[in-house]
Amino acid sequence: MPKLTIDGIEIEVEAGTSILQAAEQLGIEIPRFCYHDRLSVPANCRMCLVELEGAPKPVASCAMACGDNMVVKTSSERVKKARSGVMEFLLINHPLDCPICDQGGECDLQDQAYAYGGDGSRYEEAKRAVSGKDISPVIKTFMTRCINCTRCVRFVEEIAGVPVLGQMNRGEDAKIDTFVGRMVESELSGNLVDVCPVGALTSKPYNYKARPWELKKVETIDVMDGLGCNIRVDVRGNEVMRVLPRLHEEINEEWIDDKTRYSYDGLKKNRLDRPYVRDVSSGKLRESSWEEALSVVAGKLKEADKSKIGAMAGNLCDVEAMMALKDFMVSIGCNNIDCRVDGMNILPENRGDYLFNAGIAGIEEADAILLVGTNPRKDAAILNARIRKHWLNKNVPIALIGEYAELNYDYEYLGDNPADLKSFKGARTGFAKIFKDAKNPMLILGSDALTRSDAAAIYGLAREIAGEGFNVLHKVASRVGGLDIGFLPQKDGMNAIDMFEASVSGALDVLYLFGVDEVNLDLMVGRNTFVIYQGHHGDHGAMRADVVLPGVAYTEKEAIYVNTEGRSQLSRKAVCALGDAKEDWKIIRALSEKYGRKLPYDNILQLRERIFADYPFLAEFDVKPDAKMSKIIKNYGEIDKNQKFYSLTPDFYMTNPICRSSKVMAECSNRFVKSKEEIETKISGAAE
Amino acid sequence: MKKHYDLHADYQPTDFSFIDKKKVKEIISRYPKGKQQSAVMPLLDFAQRQVAEENKKAGSPYGGWIPRAAMDKIAEILDMPEVKVYEVASFYSMYNLEPVGKYLVQFCGTTPCHLCGAQDVIKAAENYLGISLGETTVDGIFTLMEVECLGACVNAPMVQINDDYYEDLTPEIMIQILDDLKAGKKVSIGSQTGRRCSMSACGPTTLSEQAKKCGVV
Repeated sequence: MPKLTIDGIEIEVEAGTSILQAAEQLGIEIPRFCYHDRLSVPANCRMCLVELEGAPKPVASCAMACGDNMVVKTSSERVKKARSGVMEFLLINHPLDCPICDQGGECDLQDQAYAYGGDGSRYEEAKRAVSGKDISPVIKTFMTRCINCTRCVRFVEEIAGVPVLGQMNRGEDAKIDTFVGRMVESELSGNLVDVCPVGALTSKPYNYKARPWELKKVETIDVMDGLGCNIRVDVRGNEVMRVLPRLHEEINEEWIDDKTRYSYDGLKKNRLDRPYVRDVSSGKLRESSWEEALSVVAGKLKEADKSKIGAMAGNLCDVEAMMALKDFMVSIGCNNIDCRVDGMNILPENRGDYLFNAGIAGIEEADAILLVGTNPRKDAAILNARIRKHWLNKNVPIALIGEYAELNYDYEYLGDNPADLKSFKGARTGFAKIFKDAKNPMLILGSDALTRSDAAAIYGLAREIAGEGFNVLHKVASRVGGLDIGFLPQKDGMNAIDMFEASVSGALDVLYLFGVDEVNLDLMVGRNTFVIYQGHHGDHGAMRADVVLPGVAYTEKEAIYVNTEGRSQLSRKAVCALGDAKEDWKIIRALSEKYGRKLPYDNILQLRERIFADYPFLAEFDVKPDAKMSKIIKNYGEIDKNQKFYSLTPDFYMTNPICRSSKVMAECSNRFVKSKEEIETKISGAAE
Repeated sequence: MKKHYDLHADYQPTDFSFIDKKKVKEIISRYPKGKQQSAVMPLLDFAQRQVAEENKKAGSPYGGWIPRAAMDKIAEILDMPEVKVYEVASFYSMYNLEPVGKYLVQFCGTTPCHLCGAQDVIKAAENYLGISLGETTVDGIFTLMEVECLGACVNAPMVQINDDYYEDLTPEIMIQILDDLKAGKKVSIGSQTGRRCSMSACGPTTLSEQAKKCGVV
């Protein structure tokens, strides 16, 4: 372990640490542009120069490893002069357009020019100009502002795995460009905006919308997938202006996917801001008061046969509201409740049976990864980035049994039929051998595979193959929370699929849909079923509903969400509810009072106390649980060889009502998903 | 010197393949296992030479350049992203990314040549051919370019035409060379004033005895 002195302070660091990192440990700031913690080190911006005793010239501290007895100075006159010289060079071709640049106020170049630069410019010649590029529907480019740090080039190559950016030409003509006009076709492309230290790559939807100092920053949790990525929602007035990632080493590091980052414009469209009741005579929804809507609902629930009432919770629901709905349904004697609206077909006993047990960070300890019935790039893009990172660092062997997927790492494709999973169990060669010999194998079972009719067999097989390395990857934010609090059929109650069938056959009178939109309700719900929809968007659910109770979206409430690892996290309220909309648990509480079975909690804290009393593990915020798995059941039935593995959400950008309402997501979907499908059909059509 | 190229242009061929596959294999085998991507530079050069030869055979006036299809092909052979090949090709001035004349005239314009009158030589050639730097004559025979130091400073000013150096130039000699090349006459390479290699212009000033013994003078 080398020992060195930086600015007179002695420090011992691990071998391989750079001077820049060592200085950071001491809290000494060294300016930098090209250096980024999670990317490779090219040392091309020269901003991090320090003085090293014995070296003839200042050295780039980001690329210089610490050595024994080094004496480093980071603030000597010579260093200051070197840095201001580098800054002068960087600013030669950088336009002075800070007043109209979106990065203004949070720009590394601006801040560092202020701190380390000179007080004026000596440059009188013409500045270079570079044309902008169309690299993504979510990224606006101003390449004239580019300082050629190549962070974006390294990001797309190393993290996103789509190497389409490069630094072309040289000298004054050097510029960042894509290879012959290709797009950055990645779910992580939005991170380029954060990675860029200047205003060359900025967010297209946020373009010219706000200044960073006008924004209120709210640290909260994302609900677009099952990972619970940590985000910061920036708000002006009562409007969400943008979404940024927040550092969380165990979940999202410092990345978020484009759906998390750019679907926020969906929060401003198609919103339900007042209750609606379907008019009996005209058959149309009409605005109503809360009083009327709740009376209609309470009346319907009262007169219905309790065994003919069903309640379901959709994909974006928080734990508190689901708990309130469960308590209410149980108190009125209805046993038909279920949170597995996609038809997930297993009834787990212990938490370990349905969690991502190894944890997202645990992926980096795996020495063999088997993906079953999942495309992690679509189901959980950030988790996929973690797999890629591990593959890049350790070259971990990966295999997939499931629908063919275009993943950004090498993997062995073992087929798309459950029979392939069965034969994998018996195999002793190839990847099966690697997996069985692995010390830390990891099987990732996609939640879509558990919606099959033979889910029990798939689940049993996967458990047997995986042993301790069993992980379920949930795609939606509400599922683990729902399973945790037992939002499942009570004593002989019907599950989601049974409820839909009963409804079609006319055996279900009332259906309470809490945020259920991902189902084809025209087909799955019978004409005679009275549908109550509680949610925040006028999507599929509200279209079919007889009564609409307007709830709030994830940015508008403080609530608990449990991610696929079983980590419970608290989201924060960033903006107020729109119009007459109310927080979801309050709606259910009000309904219970109307019905005459008042729920015993008057505020959110009492409700949480009630939850924590029964499910104490949810009170441990931001802790990855060490959940117990139940024993493997041996006779789990037969697999269905005629049914290949499938994905329920083929379009990454269109998975919930918020992103379906988002213009930006629609554009991404058009550019990346639809146009691709068209090309593929054209090719296959031509081949025929 | 700004490099011009247009990867969508009409003259870009849609397809490219190496004719001498054995040579390609040999080039790749020069590099240690796992470092095959290092072969990108000799392969780019090889592609450029192949295009030059094909053009010659076909009677086309144009010389060697690297079409986009060739870069794609090299990326495929070496299993690397296309953009990385493109980065290398656009960085070095010796790779031409658009068709150039049969004779690619690269003037050195760096300090020693500049001091010895390179600008006059360049001007003379420009005036004589009626094109500026970076352009190709209408008949496709000459392309003019200014490049950085080519390392023949002792014999400045100098020019590189295709693979050969022509040194100790004056505007008149330059025009003569262009004329002879166009007419298909043989032009002696190296110094145009008759000096040997980079010996002092007025004959050997030191070690003259040894020079005589070796038959240099």
